[in-house]
Amino acid sequence: MSGKKLRVATTSLAGCFGCHMSLLDIDERLIDLLELVEFDASPLTDKKHPGPCDLALIEGGLCNAENVHVLRELRKQCKILVAVGACAITGGLPAQRNNLDVRDCLRSVYLSGPGLAGGGLIPNDPELPLPLAQVHPLHDVVKVDYFLPGCPPSADAIWQFLTDLLAGRTPALGHGLIHYD
Amino acid sequence: MSDPICRDLSDILRRHHQDPTRLIQILHDVMAVEGWISKTTITELSRALGLPRGQVEGVVGFYSFFLPEPSGQFRVLFSDNITDEHQGSRALLRTLAEALEVEPGQVRADGRVKIGLTSCTGLCDQGPALLVKGRAIGRLTPERLSVIAGLIESNTPIEQWPPDLFHVESHFWRRDLLLSTPCDPGAAMRALEARGSAATMAELGRSDLRGRGGAGFNTAAKWTACAAAPGPERYIVCNADEGEPGTFKDRELLAHYAHQVIEGMTIAARLVSAQRGFLYLRAEYQFLIAPLLAAFAERRSQGLLGPNILGISGFDFDIELHLGAGAYVCGEESALLESLEGKRGIPRNRPPYPVTHGYLNKPTVLNNVETFLAAAQIALHGAEWFCAVGTPKSRGTKILSVAGDVERPGTYEFPFGTTIRAILDEAGAKGVQAVQVSGPAGMLLSASELDRKLAFEDVPSAGSVMAFDQSRDLLGVTQNFVRFFAHESCGFCTPCRVGTTLNRQRMDRIVSGHGTRHDVEDLESVARLMRASSHCGLGHFAANPVVDLLRKFRPKVDRRLASLEVLPSFDLDAALGPARELTGRDDAGAHLSEEGP
Repeated sequence: MSGKKLRVATTSLAGCFGCHMSLLDIDERLIDLLELVEFDASPLTDKKHPGPCDLALIEGGLCNAENVHVLRELRKQCKILVAVGACAITGGLPAQRNNLDVRDCLRSVYLSGPGLAGGGLIPNDPELPLPLAQVHPLHDVVKVDYFLPGCPPSADAIWQFLTDLLAGRTPALGHGLIHYD
Repeated sequence: MSDPICRDLSDILRRHHQDPTRLIQILHDVMAVEGWISKTTITELSRALGLPRGQVEGVVGFYSFFLPEPSGQFRVLFSDNITDEHQGSRALLRTLAEALEVEPGQVRADGRVKIGLTSCTGLCDQGPALLVKGRAIGRLTPERLSVIAGLIESNTPIEQWPPDLFHVESHFWRRDLLLSTPCDPGAAMRALEARGSAATMAELGRSDLRGRGGAGFNTAAKWTACAAAPGPERYIVCNADEGEPGTFKDRELLAHYAHQVIEGMTIAARLVSAQRGFLYLRAEYQFLIAPLLAAFAERRSQGLLGPNILGISGFDFDIELHLGAGAYVCGEESALLESLEGKRGIPRNRPPYPVTHGYLNKPTVLNNVETFLAAAQIALHGAEWFCAVGTPKSRGTKILSVAGDVERPGTYEFPFGTTIRAILDEAGAKGVQAVQVSGPAGMLLSASELDRKLAFEDVPSAGSVMAFDQSRDLLGVTQNFVRFFAHESCGFCTPCRVGTTLNRQRMDRIVSGHGTRHDVEDLESVARLMRASSHCGLGHFAANPVVDLLRKFRPKVDRRLASLEVLPSFDLDAALGPARELTGRDDAGAHLSEEGP
């Protein structure tokens, strides 16, 4: 392996940070990992916009306009983009709203829900991203190079995936790492 | 409407001896009486047959021709093979729908009629074709459709429709060894008795006859293995579930050579000591039921079927006709056996093979219509006669259904080893762009491959040859084929169930001009996965049309791609529309561009 550290960005879109928690679950191997990689934009560094990166790990699907912007920016900056976990790969739990009309969702949350008898207002501040009609997986909008399945992928799966990638091997998860019951 | 029980259910059950293996035949009778199968009828059937209710409901749901809800007094299904499509079936469907003022896929408000599509009905030599109440009508024209519309509008019972509407034409354009040599009823069986069973089996072995259904397994080896399998009961099954789009030669053989087919089955029964046989006929060929039953009866009266055949004590064999119900997968032998037992047509794990564990897990010989016909001729005329034509690895002749852009669509018998070009020339094909051999599950040949030979070792065929001239859009052809497989996947295994649908979505995107190079890469990887990991042949071959198109006509595909990059698969800005509407926003942040930032 060359001496140069790999630059890695991570983000959570319409996800729950569970995949990030699973990354932290690699425990003391984090120390080994930090010998090999350098984090760019990531909740771990609090850097907001990514610079040129080798690798982006993205959890969560696309539920609003901001998710789309963040994803496109990462796709532009990174060489390898990885959809991490069920939500990034399929839309996951947030996509359960896909059989509802998003207008009905907004109305029932802001106008007609419990405690809103006096009427409410659907937030319309331009600072807020608008929700998409449906929740989408990442590959509906950008090219995804690898899919790392699981909800969340286990720490061992993430470790195996990263070490494969760092060593230049095509990542391959064995039976035990994608077996969920 | 409430949920009425079928009026004649007790009669129907009595007619079928309350035999649960006859469930599919029972359901056909219910459909004939009611036009659909109610929940109450399902409950009553499960009680009377001693089957779990879910199993009966599962069977009703599995087969296209069983309907769990009312679908109109007249259900009209247009054949959706690519040859029908090229002959204008889609426009004709719209014509009929407009004449009857009904939306395709919907039951008309008065419950009179519903119009839809069905997989190839096997009238490709006289298309476009349709089924109305299960009856086949070919040679559709606007004039014939207006007659049909009138009959439906006047609610004329189908039995009183003009018989010429239902006339099924016959086109034998070339007869060779098998079809031009006479074989009088009983002659081959008498030859068998004269030669002896062991010698006849040896003769069949020397003929090197290989199964004509597509797989090409050695027939004598199959029959010998069945004869050697332990147990007293054995069965002979003839696979006449001719579902491969573009194939109709078995229809012609059963209409004009039924005695030779039945003779072949009887010879098989004699050689393996079987006493019962089944002829599994696809439901689209209802017009063959009466002539086949008549042929069985005639042979029984001549002592060629039934007890003590040819007066030989202990040579007992009889055949039942069993009707399929619109499931392509039942052409796969183990799915056919499941269906024959009254179940959903889910292919079994193999091995064990049907020769040891077939119908009711008993040793069973299962062959294609044409294989039995050939076996009868070999028993009569011998191996040397049969081997006079063909190639060393593919003896004898092959009977083909030729359709598509040819002047003389119909049935042709050619010696193995004939070039595809010679076949197309004989049928009068002009300006050939490509030819699909052996149906969607077979192979697509480009014009530069026409000197390849019809043979198991080069271009094998289960029977279909469809020619496409220069005017045809090959992407549209592939789209038709992948749509067929997505519809016909039985749903049992994930690679096939999901893979066929992914292929359909990707092809739809590419054909509509929204495809990207990423879609092409996905098609390739899904095809590899389906071939490697599907449960049965349907899944193994379902991606063939895509693989062949990409390998042989890649520039045609690339020219249709919208981009070589990945594009969003949906309209991003439109997806923000509902939220814009509710918030009243129209600022820059309330929009998304199609191209990235």
